[in-house]
Amino acid sequence: MAYRKILFGMQLGLCVLVCVFLILPMGLSVIAGLTNNYFVGLDSGLTLRWVLEVWGGYHDTIFRSVWIALACVFVTLIIGVPAAYVLHRSPQRLARWLEELLVLPIAVPGLATALALIAMYGGWGNLRSSWLFILIGHVLFTLPFMVRSVLAVLGGIDLHTLEEGGASLGANFTQRFFHIVLPNCRQGILAGALMVLTLSMGEFNMTWLLHTPFTKTLPVGLADAYASLRLEVGSAYTLLFFLMIVPLLLLMQAIAQPRQKKFELVEDEVVILLSESAKS
Amino acid sequence: MIYMFLPAAAFFSAFFILPMCRLFLVGGSGAIGWRAYSVIVTDSNYFNALLATFGVALATTVTTLLIGGLVGVFLQRYRFPGRSFLMAIITLPMAFPGVVIGFMVIMLAGRQGLIGQISMALGGDRLVFAYSFLGLFLGYVYFSLPRTILTIVAAAEKLDPKLEEAARSFGANTWHVVWDVIMPGLKPALISAGAICFATAIGAFGTAFTLATRINVLPMVIYTEFTLSANIAMAAALSFVLGALTWIVLALARSAAGNTVAAAA
Repeated sequence: MAYRKILFGMQLGLCVLVCVFLILPMGLSVIAGLTNNYFVGLDSGLTLRWVLEVWGGYHDTIFRSVWIALACVFVTLIIGVPAAYVLHRSPQRLARWLEELLVLPIAVPGLATALALIAMYGGWGNLRSSWLFILIGHVLFTLPFMVRSVLAVLGGIDLHTLEEGGASLGANFTQRFFHIVLPNCRQGILAGALMVLTLSMGEFNMTWLLHTPFTKTLPVGLADAYASLRLEVGSAYTLLFFLMIVPLLLLMQAIAQPRQKKFELVEDEVVILLSESAKS
Repeated sequence: MIYMFLPAAAFFSAFFILPMCRLFLVGGSGAIGWRAYSVIVTDSNYFNALLATFGVALATTVTTLLIGGLVGVFLQRYRFPGRSFLMAIITLPMAFPGVVIGFMVIMLAGRQGLIGQISMALGGDRLVFAYSFLGLFLGYVYFSLPRTILTIVAAAEKLDPKLEEAARSFGANTWHVVWDVIMPGLKPALISAGAICFATAIGAFGTAFTLATRINVLPMVIYTEFTLSANIAMAAALSFVLGALTWIVLALARSAAGNTVAAAA
């Protein structure tokens, strides 16, 4: 028994160590962002001046990121949800093949995708200097998450029977889609939308190559600040990023929880989907 | 019904398939022509960058799987006060972009980092390794640990406890149970999580960009070719190869782990 206790203790220790490793730098960064002089330490006093400085100099990047993320959610909803529905109804082999294609932008590093977009459309009128160029990249990268998220929910409900019921009562295809299909996969749509929002706001790989001085996003501004401004400013900027992204993440977890009972797979799906964002 | 797929198909063809074809052509259009695609193994500079990239990626994968496996199984097995708090902490960094992860490493091991302060306080030199391979490795582990742990937790939930009881009742000791019962059950999850770790570490740009001013990993080489040397053809060829490598790793893992990973790449 003592042996098992030691084993338990060691595992718990490792677990706590991992959590410290993950949370410690976040804490340090928050403190640095609120400290007058991080080199001197907390004795130099707490201040909001760095946060205000960042807000003054970079708030446009924050608004732009939010705007692009919302536009990205909009586009992925319009083209992704119907696509997921078609994939769900298609023959399995075809669906698998199409899905495979659709997730390629996640598998291929953003650097390659961005270079490809520049090689193809870099010379097209004003597109290169427009925020739409960044939006295109973000939609490519986030579309699979929306499609997957909706597909996961569609796989958990008996849509066929529901639709048949609707059809026997005289509902046409459009009515069935809007009154049966969409309401039934709203959980997946919501989860997908949150994920798209989060990923778009944090996307850096592609955006760094796609952006111009007039289309800087939040992560691009962060990279700028890390490279050229003092640690306190970089930290304060990071603090603003945390304030935006952490509530989204918590919300995402919260909506993943209750569904767990209904469809066992769903929480795993969220984990898998999140782990697909494996592109730093 | 099929027309509902058209917007997505049109978008995808116009902005991914066509550009990728173009990238392939651009790669062969430079001063050295199609040889650009073989240079990655024939030119020692590029080849060393490739080896370095693989080295860091491999080290990241092994470390992450080891720690993530232990922590994941532990968190799934035991219910103890504070467990959900630990889980919440682990989920928190999941959506951080690579640049932010790089900054986290700087907070730990940079010039004003905690590790340096501690090493000074202990009377030693200021320990700074954020901008070396070790820093990059730390960043990739930071990035991959949360998703690996959560994948393992999800997979461990599906393990059948009866198998373990059976093994124990036949006299298997803890190590036998771990090796012969738990490991095979977790294999698909380990393979898929490992592949994602590896693929991420090969292609990750943000973390390398924040940290790797002096480290030659493939994404940084591509970026340098593109911006500093304006060698677009070489950058295109290298990034096409990088994309293909990443895709192959994920595809191999998927076929090795069976359909359960189909969702994971």
